[in-house]
Amino acid sequence: MAEPAKKVEEKKIIDEGLEMGTEKLTQDRIENVINRVLKGESGARLKAYVDTCIHCGLCSEACHYYLSQDNDPRWSPVGKVKQTLWEMIKKKGKVSPDFIKRAAEIASTECNLCKRCAMYCPFGIDIAYMMLVVRRINHLLGVTPLYIQDTAHSHAATFNQMWVKDDEWIDTLQWQEEEAQGEIPTLRIPLEKEGADIMYSVIGPEPKFQAQLIYQAAVIMDVAGVNWTMPATPGWDNSDMAMFTGDNEIMGRLKRAHFETAARLRVKKIVMGECGHAFRSVYDVGNRWLGWRMPPIPVVHAIEFYYNLLKEGRIKIAKKFEEAVTLNDPCNVSRGGGLHDKARYVVNAICESLVEMHPNREYNYCCCAGGGVINCGPPYKMKRVEGNRIKAEQLFAAKARGAKVLIAPCHNCHSGLEDINHHYGLGMEIKFIGDILYEAMEKPA
Amino acid sequence: MIHFKRLNDLLSRKYWAPVSAVKEHKGEAMNTLYNFVSGPLAWVAFIIFFVGCLYRLIRILVLVHKKEKYIYTYMSWKYSFRSILHWVIPFATVNWRKHPVLTIVTFAFHICLIITPIFLLSHIILWDESWSVSWWSLPDSLVQAMTLIVIGSCIFFLIRRLISPEVQYVTFASDYIILAIVAAPFVTGFMSYYQWFGYQVFTILHILSGEIMLIAIPFTRLSHMLFSPLTRAYMGSEFGGVRHARDW
Repeated sequence: MAEPAKKVEEKKIIDEGLEMGTEKLTQDRIENVINRVLKGESGARLKAYVDTCIHCGLCSEACHYYLSQDNDPRWSPVGKVKQTLWEMIKKKGKVSPDFIKRAAEIASTECNLCKRCAMYCPFGIDIAYMMLVVRRINHLLGVTPLYIQDTAHSHAATFNQMWVKDDEWIDTLQWQEEEAQGEIPTLRIPLEKEGADIMYSVIGPEPKFQAQLIYQAAVIMDVAGVNWTMPATPGWDNSDMAMFTGDNEIMGRLKRAHFETAARLRVKKIVMGECGHAFRSVYDVGNRWLGWRMPPIPVVHAIEFYYNLLKEGRIKIAKKFEEAVTLNDPCNVSRGGGLHDKARYVVNAICESLVEMHPNREYNYCCCAGGGVINCGPPYKMKRVEGNRIKAEQLFAAKARGAKVLIAPCHNCHSGLEDINHHYGLGMEIKFIGDILYEAMEKPA
Repeated sequence: MIHFKRLNDLLSRKYWAPVSAVKEHKGEAMNTLYNFVSGPLAWVAFIIFFVGCLYRLIRILVLVHKKEKYIYTYMSWKYSFRSILHWVIPFATVNWRKHPVLTIVTFAFHICLIITPIFLLSHIILWDESWSVSWWSLPDSLVQAMTLIVIGSCIFFLIRRLISPEVQYVTFASDYIILAIVAAPFVTGFMSYYQWFGYQVFTILHILSGEIMLIAIPFTRLSHMLFSPLTRAYMGSEFGGVRHARDW
């Protein structure tokens, strides 16, 4: 085999969070923290995963980073375990501060925790879990990427991801209510309505940058005649970057606040916007930290919610979206929640034609933004975009078969794919399902 | 019962002849060594193997019980077997289909590895001799072919480790040692069967290497024999019960 023609010269990424955190490390502290996590916090799963792996490399081709980096083994899932956890275990925690810095970089910015590799390992070894163990160690050592740490701080201080102040939140909702009343004069965004059927929750960036999504959701709720509410208190944000920095304690506080807000409003269900990581946090990870096998109050992702509305005929389609679309299955709701078939039902109900990309459904490649990677911010942008050349190729193939619009029912996918779209010159328009549903649905005249 | 007849044949001929030859012509040292590896050491190996496997399994379950009890609440028989079943059938998973050669080799390897020693006539004779238990055996020619499959597969795995970058990157000395431990009983068994040269030495080495493999199973990464059904079952349960997605 020939050497790959272009050997990309790796630019040194400087991340202040990692630099400053590393400076403060001492050998003792590293050793203590690693052993505390390996021996204290983790248990049978980690032991079985490490002892069972026969180093066969079969997980490699599951990883979009590996495929996009010309099959460079350093980017394979097991390759990342080798560079981090195996070494920590072998040296019994006696690793250098620079090793910890590199481990943070690998676990936080070179793995999206997408769990695609778990489907490719003959033994079902969960490498995403192992990368989370590394992130946990990094969190306890204070060596985390600056940007995502800032959002984790925001969670800790304000219970939302974007430092949205309590009055700004209410103000934003009322602003969107007024905007939407221009279209439907009787529309309300009911705040603090106790005993409503549904509490609608969103991620911090929606009120911060994408308030029109709240507008659209309000129109959908109103037209479908849903008895819904939004909280006027902290607990409204379902997002969770603490889950991705390894700050499990903050993650637990966030999820408790979220569920308790829903309980206070005595709602039957929580419906959440089109977000993948928040679904993972509420449905899979955060609830478990709090001791709930499944969410204590049922959580319905937007995809499933739209599916129910369309299936029950509560929303009717006036005019289907004409341009051919392709659908990016977000890892956290597809591989993480099995919503891919419902997503197809919805897309087919609102669009004229769906061009499948391949692989798809639970086999889809990650967008390379998830798992907190995009939240590690500008220093890692090019690594993230170049680390997903395979996604660009996948999308070009769908485009060649006619797809003009790319539907991504997840905030992280949305932003990550936008960068890929731009960098590779894909020229696709990217939309949420809600964007199209809002356009296509019957609304009161 | 056909096998009794063959057994008697072999007892009188093939198996006993060389041992008695050892006794008569090759002096006491080799004989003592043979008796030692096939007697006390075999006991030790089997005890370590069974007790070791039990110990490892109990240890991991105790650890689950102590620290990750929640795992039990997600385990589902249905989804565990759904997942295991997909992965123990060649080409039933995406990744098996992606690597057709490896899939054929790994399935042939594991099947032959387990079947050959259990259904080899000369092994059954040893069981019969010591415990008066015997069972159905495979024709010798088939066993020879299966032995060659195991040896060939080990060579394939070795080459794969050496030349495939993603495997080479995560290969340690221990991976080669494990491979050698697995290959050794088959290579020596093959040599001693044909009695080309150094028959007694190869027989002793064969028994010894078999014992080393048994002892190594619970305490090296060969323990994937014990743990892989558990890790697979857990992932299968998570994918089936929580994630509502396929894990194959």
